[in-house]
Amino acid sequence: MNDTSQSFVKFEKIDKSYDGEVLVVKNLNLDIAKGEFVTMLGPSGSGKTTTLMMLAGFETPTNGEIFLDTKPISKIPPYEREIGMVFQNYALFPHMTVAENLSFPLEVRKISKPDIKEKVQKALDMVELGNFGTRFPAQLSGGQQQRVALARALVFEPRLVLMDEPLGALDKNLREQMQYEIKHIHDRIGITVVYVTHDQSEALTMSNRIAVFNDGVVQQLSTPNILYEKPENSFVAKFIGENNTLNGVVKEVNGSSCTVELDGGFGMVKALKINVNEVGEKTQLSIRPERVSIDNSASGSNNFSGKIEELIYLGDHIRARLDVCGNNEFIVKVPNEGSFNHKEGDELKLSWNSEDVRALDL
Amino acid sequence: MEVPISTAELLTTDGIPLKQSLRKAERRNKLRAFLLVFPLLLFIFVTFVMPIGDMLLRSVDDSQINSVFPNTFDEYKNWDKGADELPPEEVYKSLFFELANGDKRQIGKALTRMNYAKSGWKSLIKKTTREIKKIVKKGEEPVSYKDTFININKLWADPTYWYSFNQMVKDRSSIYYWNALDRTFDEDGDVVLQDEKRRMYIKTWLRTFKVSIYVTIFCLILGFPVAHLLANLPLRYSNLLMIFVLLPFWTSLLVRTTAWIVMLQQNGVINGILVWLGVISDDGRIQMVYNEVGTLIAMTQILLPFMILPLYSVMRVIPKSHMRAAQNLGAKPVTAFLRVYLPQTIPGISAGGLLVFVLAIGYFITPELVGGKDGKLIGSWIAYHLKTTLNWGLCAALGAILLGIMLIFYWLYNKIVGIDNIKLG
Repeated sequence: MNDTSQSFVKFEKIDKSYDGEVLVVKNLNLDIAKGEFVTMLGPSGSGKTTTLMMLAGFETPTNGEIFLDTKPISKIPPYEREIGMVFQNYALFPHMTVAENLSFPLEVRKISKPDIKEKVQKALDMVELGNFGTRFPAQLSGGQQQRVALARALVFEPRLVLMDEPLGALDKNLREQMQYEIKHIHDRIGITVVYVTHDQSEALTMSNRIAVFNDGVVQQLSTPNILYEKPENSFVAKFIGENNTLNGVVKEVNGSSCTVELDGGFGMVKALKINVNEVGEKTQLSIRPERVSIDNSASGSNNFSGKIEELIYLGDHIRARLDVCGNNEFIVKVPNEGSFNHKEGDELKLSWNSEDVRALDL
Repeated sequence: MEVPISTAELLTTDGIPLKQSLRKAERRNKLRAFLLVFPLLLFIFVTFVMPIGDMLLRSVDDSQINSVFPNTFDEYKNWDKGADELPPEEVYKSLFFELANGDKRQIGKALTRMNYAKSGWKSLIKKTTREIKKIVKKGEEPVSYKDTFININKLWADPTYWYSFNQMVKDRSSIYYWNALDRTFDEDGDVVLQDEKRRMYIKTWLRTFKVSIYVTIFCLILGFPVAHLLANLPLRYSNLLMIFVLLPFWTSLLVRTTAWIVMLQQNGVINGILVWLGVISDDGRIQMVYNEVGTLIAMTQILLPFMILPLYSVMRVIPKSHMRAAQNLGAKPVTAFLRVYLPQTIPGISAGGLLVFVLAIGYFITPELVGGKDGKLIGSWIAYHLKTTLNWGLCAALGAILLGIMLIFYWLYNKIVGIDNIKLG
């Protein structure tokens, strides 16, 4: 599915500016394969929604071209693009019943009445709202409205479905449930989905690939596991999952690995060379909390110690905040195996493999 | 599905019935709420309910004249119009004494009323009363009262004067309502059309409707885009635009109306510009004021804010994403507007429409000033009778009909659109 040679949606050198002074999207190049679930993830103002709106046809790219099925679409008005969209606040039409909302895209396409009825019922059944056709949107709960919006975006069998933070207005439990439902519907009908969110767990749950946006630039485009395990820069490392950082200066480069001297003279760390090039460069080291071992008989190549600042009991694991090498926000997750009997203020011995430390940009 | 209802009464922890306890707890709050609104209720009652009630009574009241000529009217009812050309002797006799002994002021009032029924009554009675008083002074008792009257003035032998009593002999009369619709009573008490030269109300009523409907439509056509702009422009521009919309509210109605006269009159600004541009010749200046056109233009401008504001308040809360969603679903912009945007503005359209229509139908100052002869509305007639002819009964009837029409429209509106659908802000 990651084969970009047969890309279905292609962003080519897209720039976007609203005022001629600030670029909201900078040189965006993105390929999405048919049937893929791609998420644009990023903080607010990172350009992800603008990108989606350009694809839907509500914003025009300032430069570059978007191709859908190899055809440029910049000149095609939104109502001819055959792209379904789920809006942030659903945008259900309040004066129409659920069934009328779903019929709307079919009616404007002049589909025959019996066909409309059948398709609407099928779409409602798909989102498990088969009996809700005669209700008005205001009579539905948030989750039900969300499903109606989803059904409406799918009912006219678009080539592509866009979702703009569709779960933002739901509470946590419902959000998680809807994530699975959207994923299952995607698996079942195999439609291409472009999804926008600022919630990383949502992105990790649903996507085939994730494009991490920041400052109008795609920082990294990859599958969820690679994004998490092999972030290519410090923004991605910080934005996806929990991350411990240590700052230092590169002292030695050795093929794909390097040695970094920590600021403040705390010692040397062996790490993977990811985003640094030469000796003397400043770098930020990134270590995932669960890759830090507190086993005293450590075999790892990096051995340090840290003072426990805070312990938080979380059931399946204990979350320890340590002061390590001058960073007092260093998190370690200790599995709750019943053998951990340290108190706050104790010194802990820590170690990690050099393959789990990534030297990134600062 | 049957829901089983428990028959056992619910009790509070102390054993008092729950409902009783709730009532007791709520009583203080209810009393306080009532006392807070009481001054307003009283104010509305005194300044609104009572005058309207008084107006409605006045429109059917004919008791004053009945208290002046009680005996005459009693005898008059015995007159068999088919058999005798003139009323029987008793009628003349009763009138003789009631004119001779009546209170001058009361008779004066009654005369005004009689003149509405038939012009000429006032001078006839005044003249006759003078002669009667002379006869009474001399101490003579007339042999035939009828002949005495006819000797004083031969108009007393004209039955049409006597016929006009028909519409006055009852305490309660519907004559003012018929008058307001260009109708009157004939000698048998049947409703007939007025003389052709006295028919003016029906024409004015129709014009009032026509102007009100046109003004409402023009306000909608002009106001809709403005309200849409107001609701969708960035705050900075929409605030400025809002000031332009509200500016007329801060200017006196008279100033605005006279400004329109300056603009529209034959030597006015618009005609001047048109002549200067060569669109019309100097002697082809268009008559735009002191007629219906002037009334339409000025009233549309003056009532426009009442359309824009309700529309704006409705449009402001329609999410912009709706138009986008509709287009995304395949609707062309026009279809999206007609099927998604427009239906959502209906509460605003109906609120604005009803407001403008109701204001227009009773409008007075503007049509009075710019309407000339052909542009006057029913309000002008009400003012005319209130101030000039002092025919308050007719005023009240015209006002009551106006009120009734508004209530009918309100009822129709409720039937068609539903009053819950109205939204003013």
